[in-house]
Amino acid sequence: MSENKKIRMQLQCPMPKLDFDVITLGHGSGGVLTNKLLDSGVFDLLSNDILDERHDGAFLELHGKTAFSTDSFLVSPIFFPGGNIGELAVNGTVNDLAMCGANPKYLSLSFIIEEGLPVKEFWDILVAVKFACQKAGVQIVTGDTKVVEKGKGDKIFVNTSGVGPIHPKAKISAKNIAVGDKIIISGNVASHGMAIMSVREGLEFDSEIQSDTTNLNHTILSLIEQFGENIHLLTDPTRGGVATVLKEIAQSSEIGIDLFQKDFPMDEQVASACELLGLDPLYVANEGLFLAFVSESEADSVLATLHEDENGKNARIIGTVVAEHPKQVIMESAIGGKRVISMLPGEQLPRIC
Amino acid sequence: MKYMSEYRDPELAKKYLEEIKNTVSRPWSIMEVCGGQTHSLVKNGIIEMLPDKVTMIHGPGCPVCVTPLNLIDKAVYLAVEKGVILCSFGDMLRVPGSQKSLLEAKAEGADVRILYSPLEAVKIAEDNPHKEVVFFAVGFETTAPANALSVVHAHRRGVKNYSILASHVLVPPAIKAVIDDEESKIDGFLAAGHVCTIMGNTEYHPLSAAYKVPIVVTGFEPLDVLQGILMVIRQLEQSKSEVENQYARIVREEGNPDAQKVIDEVFEVRNQMWRGIGEIPESGYAVREKYADFDATKKYNVTIEEAPENPDCISGQIMKGIKKPFECSQFGKTCKPTNPLGAPMVSSEGACAAYYHFSGLVEA
Repeated sequence: MSENKKIRMQLQCPMPKLDFDVITLGHGSGGVLTNKLLDSGVFDLLSNDILDERHDGAFLELHGKTAFSTDSFLVSPIFFPGGNIGELAVNGTVNDLAMCGANPKYLSLSFIIEEGLPVKEFWDILVAVKFACQKAGVQIVTGDTKVVEKGKGDKIFVNTSGVGPIHPKAKISAKNIAVGDKIIISGNVASHGMAIMSVREGLEFDSEIQSDTTNLNHTILSLIEQFGENIHLLTDPTRGGVATVLKEIAQSSEIGIDLFQKDFPMDEQVASACELLGLDPLYVANEGLFLAFVSESEADSVLATLHEDENGKNARIIGTVVAEHPKQVIMESAIGGKRVISMLPGEQLPRIC
Repeated sequence: MKYMSEYRDPELAKKYLEEIKNTVSRPWSIMEVCGGQTHSLVKNGIIEMLPDKVTMIHGPGCPVCVTPLNLIDKAVYLAVEKGVILCSFGDMLRVPGSQKSLLEAKAEGADVRILYSPLEAVKIAEDNPHKEVVFFAVGFETTAPANALSVVHAHRRGVKNYSILASHVLVPPAIKAVIDDEESKIDGFLAAGHVCTIMGNTEYHPLSAAYKVPIVVTGFEPLDVLQGILMVIRQLEQSKSEVENQYARIVREEGNPDAQKVIDEVFEVRNQMWRGIGEIPESGYAVREKYADFDATKKYNVTIEEAPENPDCISGQIMKGIKKPFECSQFGKTCKPTNPLGAPMVSSEGACAAYYHFSGLVEA
């Protein structure tokens, strides 16, 4: 069991005594109910010096080149094996900043809540936010809460934006990718997407598959500190999976990419679930996973360093940047045949047979 | 995964390929009937690894692709106009009707749900007693038992608000139709392993004997397909025409009698329209009169005019193996998975879509 889960199970944040069980439109009115929910809940739980100012915006001190990122989170169900929408929202933006080579510092947190959401569930999401922030070392410094009528949302939508200074040694840019670069994947593919599938209505199947949601900033910053400009590009293959993100990079950077199916790390249960549902794991969403384009000379050292890290113990080199076939990603199948990796025309849907 | 990796062993694959090369002495055309096998061929890069003398022809084997346009229009109508909860397998949702797909109907607010089991649809019906639930029951003989079982289950439990819109297609009559087509030149067939898991192999013996073609019941892993191809070629080279079973680890000669029993309880064989091909005699299942209350076609009696297929689409010729996807003037140009003109481009199992995604002939 990862450190992440151990801490989560020990975390005790009793829900404040509130005289309402569900979120109502009144909680988004800006009046008494709003203040009661925020004062007794959000502010106390996420308290820090900047948030405690309770001003319209946050007063921040940032120096040097800074990264800024935003993301919205809508996931169904909002609680899934291995996490919930709260930690997803924190980790997502933290990781987007980390992929820029930045040290995430401050986040905004906004909720759009559908009327009728049990306050207990809202509290559980907030607690997950608090925990994810602690683990990543970031602070929520401003935010917003809106409530929409029943039927006009999907329980809860969360938006996070974040800023952080870029590490002085970071030289992350697609322009730096060179022929010979090795493509390293930090861990098993498709775990998050299949964890969600395993509990989605109509597709429920018994499994122990857990989402891989986690913050990657400490891992990334340690790599940048050690390998500096040899890390050419970092990206997290969330929606669309590994295939989509690599195809995007190949197209926009006009590079060729060779991948080797036999080298892809994948959990056995995840692989079986993908087979069962007829889904290609290369297109399934990930969360706590990143891809690194690393100079050929340092690739083995980066891999060895990653293997020492909880977030990189399953890391593998899965491909190489080549001069041939620019804009194309070509994968050698397990039996040695070759196929071109394209983007999906739409959402990947389970096949009939 | 261990049980699957055994069937993806690169060393064994090389041995099979070598044996195919050593066995084949002249050009042969082999049709893989099932879209799952087409998918396996292109996904694993097998087509390019085969010797030039072996041509793989991609058959009509995607039940989603061949579902009649008119039936999709009916499903959309039931979801949009009748307000039923329309449930189906995932890849059925993207198939375009004459006006829109079920996915588009869902985007416009219709209650369209992706399920993996029709029994789940019965549960939805029980949970929503004031709504009508229709399961769009598509598939080969493979999915027929579960679809039939849902009807029996609903009947036993007295569920009145459940019905199925059946569009089942049967493989042996399709093989016969392909062979009967004057233009098609198929020397041997890989039959669909999962279909035979249910129905057994007996239906293929008269076909093989009458037309003097080898038929090898084949699985879906790369080594299954390679071994199936080798078995067909061996027969062809020895002028044999037998039914062989490559998928013996799963398929028994008599199939699954329990599954056949439940199919027979609910369905009867009928002539069936195949999108892109036309009507094939005795190639589909209709719900028996006994279960008419669970037959959405009868329950709603929707009459929607037959819409014409796109005249630029040559899908019928592709599914009979007369032409290859890239021999179509529209392939990858006006016809793409995001804008399919015809049946084989709509589902990932379809020959055109499989080529589009994996062959690298066209940029996505």
